[in-house]
Amino acid sequence: MTKWRLEPRASSSIFFSAAITSASLCAALVAGGVLMTLMKVNPLVSYSEILRGALGSGYGFSETLVKAIPITLTGLACLFSFKMMIWNIGAEGQLVMGALASAAVVRYFYFDSHVAMFILMFAASAISGGVWGAIPGFLKGRWAVNEIIATLMLNYIALYTMDFMLYGAWKDPMSMGFPMTAPFPDSARLWRFGNTRVHAGIVIAVIVSFLAWIVMRWTQWGFEIRVIGESQRAARYFGMSIMRNILLVMFVSGAIAGICGFGEVAGLQGRLSRGFAVGYGFTGVIVAWLARLNPLAVPLVAFLMGILLVGGDTLQVVMALPLSSVQMIQGMILFSILGGELFSKYRLRRVGAAGRSDVPTEGAV
Amino acid sequence: MDILIPMLAAAIRSGTPVLYSVLGEILTERSGVMNLGLEGLMLVGAFAGFAVTQSTGSPYAGLAAAFLAGVLVTLIHAFLCITMGANQVVSGLALTMFGGGMSGMLGRGHIGETIKGLSPFRIPILGDIPLIGPVLFHHDIMVYISYILVAALGFFIFRTRPGMNLRAVGENPRASDAMGLSVAGIRYFYTLVGGGLSGIAGGYLSVVYTQMWVEGMTSGRGWIAVALVIFSIWHPFRAALGCYLFGGIDALQMRMQAAGTSIPAPLLLMLPYLMTLVVLTFISIRKRQGILLGAPASLGNPFRREERE
Amino acid sequence: MSSEPKSVNDANMPPLVSMRGIDKIFFGSYANKGVDFNLKRGEVHALLGENGAGKTTLMNVLSGIYAPDAGTISIDGRDVSFRSPRDAIASGIGMVHQHFMLIPALSVWENMLLGMGGIPFVMKKHEIVARIKELSKRYALSVDPEAYVWTLSIGEQQRVEILKMLYRGTKVLILDEPTSVLTPQETRDFFVTLRVMTEAGHGVILISHKIDEILSISDRLSILRKGEHIGTVNASGVTRETVAEMMVGRVLRPIKRPDSERHGPTILSCARLSARNDRGALSLSGVSFDLAASEILGVAGVVGNGQGELCEVLTGLRSLDSGEITLKGDNVSLCTPREFIRRGVSYIPVDRKGMGLVPNMNLKENAALKRYWKKPASVKKIFLDWEYIAGLTGELVARYAIQADSLASPVRVLSGGNIQKLMLARELSEAPSVILAMHPVWGLDVGAAEFVHERILEERERGAGIMLISEDLDELMELSDRIIVMSRGKIMGTVRRPRDATKEEIGLMMAGESMEATR
Repeated sequence: MTKWRLEPRASSSIFFSAAITSASLCAALVAGGVLMTLMKVNPLVSYSEILRGALGSGYGFSETLVKAIPITLTGLACLFSFKMMIWNIGAEGQLVMGALASAAVVRYFYFDSHVAMFILMFAASAISGGVWGAIPGFLKGRWAVNEIIATLMLNYIALYTMDFMLYGAWKDPMSMGFPMTAPFPDSARLWRFGNTRVHAGIVIAVIVSFLAWIVMRWTQWGFEIRVIGESQRAARYFGMSIMRNILLVMFVSGAIAGICGFGEVAGLQGRLSRGFAVGYGFTGVIVAWLARLNPLAVPLVAFLMGILLVGGDTLQVVMALPLSSVQMIQGMILFSILGGELFSKYRLRRVGAAGRSDVPTEGAV
Repeated sequence: MDILIPMLAAAIRSGTPVLYSVLGEILTERSGVMNLGLEGLMLVGAFAGFAVTQSTGSPYAGLAAAFLAGVLVTLIHAFLCITMGANQVVSGLALTMFGGGMSGMLGRGHIGETIKGLSPFRIPILGDIPLIGPVLFHHDIMVYISYILVAALGFFIFRTRPGMNLRAVGENPRASDAMGLSVAGIRYFYTLVGGGLSGIAGGYLSVVYTQMWVEGMTSGRGWIAVALVIFSIWHPFRAALGCYLFGGIDALQMRMQAAGTSIPAPLLLMLPYLMTLVVLTFISIRKRQGILLGAPASLGNPFRREERE
Repeated sequence: MSSEPKSVNDANMPPLVSMRGIDKIFFGSYANKGVDFNLKRGEVHALLGENGAGKTTLMNVLSGIYAPDAGTISIDGRDVSFRSPRDAIASGIGMVHQHFMLIPALSVWENMLLGMGGIPFVMKKHEIVARIKELSKRYALSVDPEAYVWTLSIGEQQRVEILKMLYRGTKVLILDEPTSVLTPQETRDFFVTLRVMTEAGHGVILISHKIDEILSISDRLSILRKGEHIGTVNASGVTRETVAEMMVGRVLRPIKRPDSERHGPTILSCARLSARNDRGALSLSGVSFDLAASEILGVAGVVGNGQGELCEVLTGLRSLDSGEITLKGDNVSLCTPREFIRRGVSYIPVDRKGMGLVPNMNLKENAALKRYWKKPASVKKIFLDWEYIAGLTGELVARYAIQADSLASPVRVLSGGNIQKLMLARELSEAPSVILAMHPVWGLDVGAAEFVHERILEERERGAGIMLISEDLDELMELSDRIIVMSRGKIMGTVRRPRDATKEEIGLMMAGESMEATR
């Protein structure tokens, strides 16, 4: 009789964890395929439609990039707080607040200058998203209010605040009742690449990824974030201020999400309209975790997620599947990534049967 | 009186689905496992309840199916968190996405279809008491069962042997294990039962409350349930209080919308979430002074026997 | 076998417990290797060995917590194979762990029943409480069955643990370092209780590293070294020295403490410090003392009598209710932890992996933790100079002979001794003026402990003021210039000449008797 037992692994190489991640992805796709079959949807056709839609044409590819921009940014927003083991699930709300601030700038502080508008909208969205993140950060640091619930509730509050503006004061009289603002003037839009929908947000996303990497790897602040994430008790012992760091990290996390909102309205939509942020906040959670909290891996993972999202749109058109099919697959990916983590932390070892006297006894005493 | 009684009765009805979910999560968290996927589980339960009621014509079969669906989907979470020791927060979020996605996918052809669900009946004698009767005892069977469940769980957790074992495992799994309790077994059991109750909560929404299927019909009730577990300080009686409070705000908000007040609808819709946040903050400020009122000590921590400290 | 209670140790009767050829492997190295062990009825059998010798591991195997990699166990001559602690308990094995296995949020009587079968679904509290009272009278172990465990002192908790085992009819009681939470007088009473148990036919296994105590209570001793069984001897036939040599494998080096009486000026002065613990109860009340440069001030006391809170107050981790801390002439009562570090207060906590170090981070990162914000580790107050930190870490690793595969490997894979060396290296590398050392040799093997003691004495020579907190009176009396004794958050007295004092005197103060010893 032999048994298998789990044993902690001392450390694992980056290639090994990449291999585990890929294997987990494949497992999720296979499991998703089985589920689709049960739901009478042909998984092979679906997957090939996803790939064809997302990568099969220049347009598809550019659309995948377009989707990758916001989820890179929400992924980074989540990453910042997750590194500290603070669970900011509110990127969605912070993104909305950022978009609201951008729209407010256009409405109330309009200048006919690209540069001025960029700076103003960028700053306003970052501050507004940042404050929206700092609120639960303050509640957490001061009274230990559960940040998961707080950020989630603030998501709903942000969404209804946007509704309030879009159904009320900001509604475009020309929109025929649709909840949206009037189109932004040209100088309030982000630059776009050629005649695609890929906008300057992609540059921002890449820069923020790189900055996040520098912060985590090379700065005192990043070091503090990582130590606090490992143990708050230890961090206090080393003289780090938990309260200040929670506030700061939640502000930055929210600010990144806010900037994401700015990119979406100024780069893509050209106006603020209801339902522009379809679950990017939650996708950010997956992206951060799939990237194993490595900032440089975030854009890559976001691109993969972009494929899924653009492909999901194709599925909707070609096979009449709802967007929830993508959501389901995302959930499964996250499940299998979590399962796969066990194998990077532990390894299986064969052991002989206990309780059998196959070891010679020595006559001590 | 004419306004108050229907309002309070509506508060009970609106709080009941959340109550099932909260009671389930109290059991789960008392065992030391955190399941943040209630929103997803409720959606799965809601669809399962709807579909089975539609095809069999029996709302009871629908509710049973909702329970089973909740248990089955929770199995993934239980396996990842208990057997594999995965991060419970992330797994709960995955469960939310998965449950929401799967129910949307399965329900894609049925949006807006209605079913014949459970109807309310009045309990003799009790239902005739003025004020209390119409508020508490003119409901459907699931509301009455929830009353019994609150009392039963209150007794079970604090007065019985399995209830004590449940609390022990959530407080200190290492000690419980050393005393011969099966930590994994107990955690599996209560995580699955808790998931099943969230399934019923969803089933109640589709089979009893709205009697139809709409994608994403829980609209955040699962998350509110998670918040109310904290409000309840893991006690079934306080859970009932919290849920009816939420139900009251929800009922008030709907009544005001129907009455056509000058307050814009988005602000009214925001009210339950805002109140939840305010109440949660208030509870947390108060809790700072408490000692044993906090969460089960090992909530969210996986347990592996041979890990050396 | 239950028919003849008198002749408990018939020659042809099988031993109560017999373990043969036990192997247990962690991280690829043997914690137990081919260990044999047997226990007779009615005996107190001590398991001796220095820290890391594998005593606790062996007993965890016997109590079903660890599954052995090889070997057999038999109870009463029957071969058994435990899949979990439940199986072991069913076979009559009960273990009192060093870290108590109690649920603080439950009451004493609830803790008693935990995991027991044969209890009605709805528990009958009165019957249970009555049975507990009866047991506690018979074995002279007094507890209040209805109290919540979190309200009990460490000593009371230990009694609950033992009663818990007796309550479920344990035949074999395993006690892991039971006297470390007792005063010398309490230890004597405790040994009387053990005798009551063995006379009732129980077998007792005592894990310890304190040889004197063991020789006075045990019938037989088994000695483990580096996971292997060195031998089993009768307690009456051996001396302290032979046992020590069997444990360590060499003759022990006595601590060479320079007997200089030169104290520097007062460096740290505490006046009427009061503070509360995490539960809001007063755990430090009116504590006053001075610490001079080049002085080792020992702090004696049973664990949990305010020593932890005192250290936290002196490092800014806990805020004061009242009182004043003066460090080198400055009032530092309101300073932050960072401020204390800046002013040269170094703290070596007991909880090395949970507080003193970050186990998942590598050696470089851990070495940087107390200086990452200062030049030259910090560049322009923003960036970190990892190259400099690597160089520094390399130096520390070489100077303290820390064994590690690489500077980039996570600290969690280091051995206990190397972990303590790394923390010590970091804490002492910047010549601190005050050192708070809490149980600095706890869990270390003799070699590592000697190293730590030598380093502490070197720091004294250098001119640091050192506060040494320990539960081991031998250690304190050897090393300290002065000892203060704490009980329930108060200082009960000061011992001015530790090497002339007796353990009984200190023990009385530890138990809460106030006295001003002047020797």
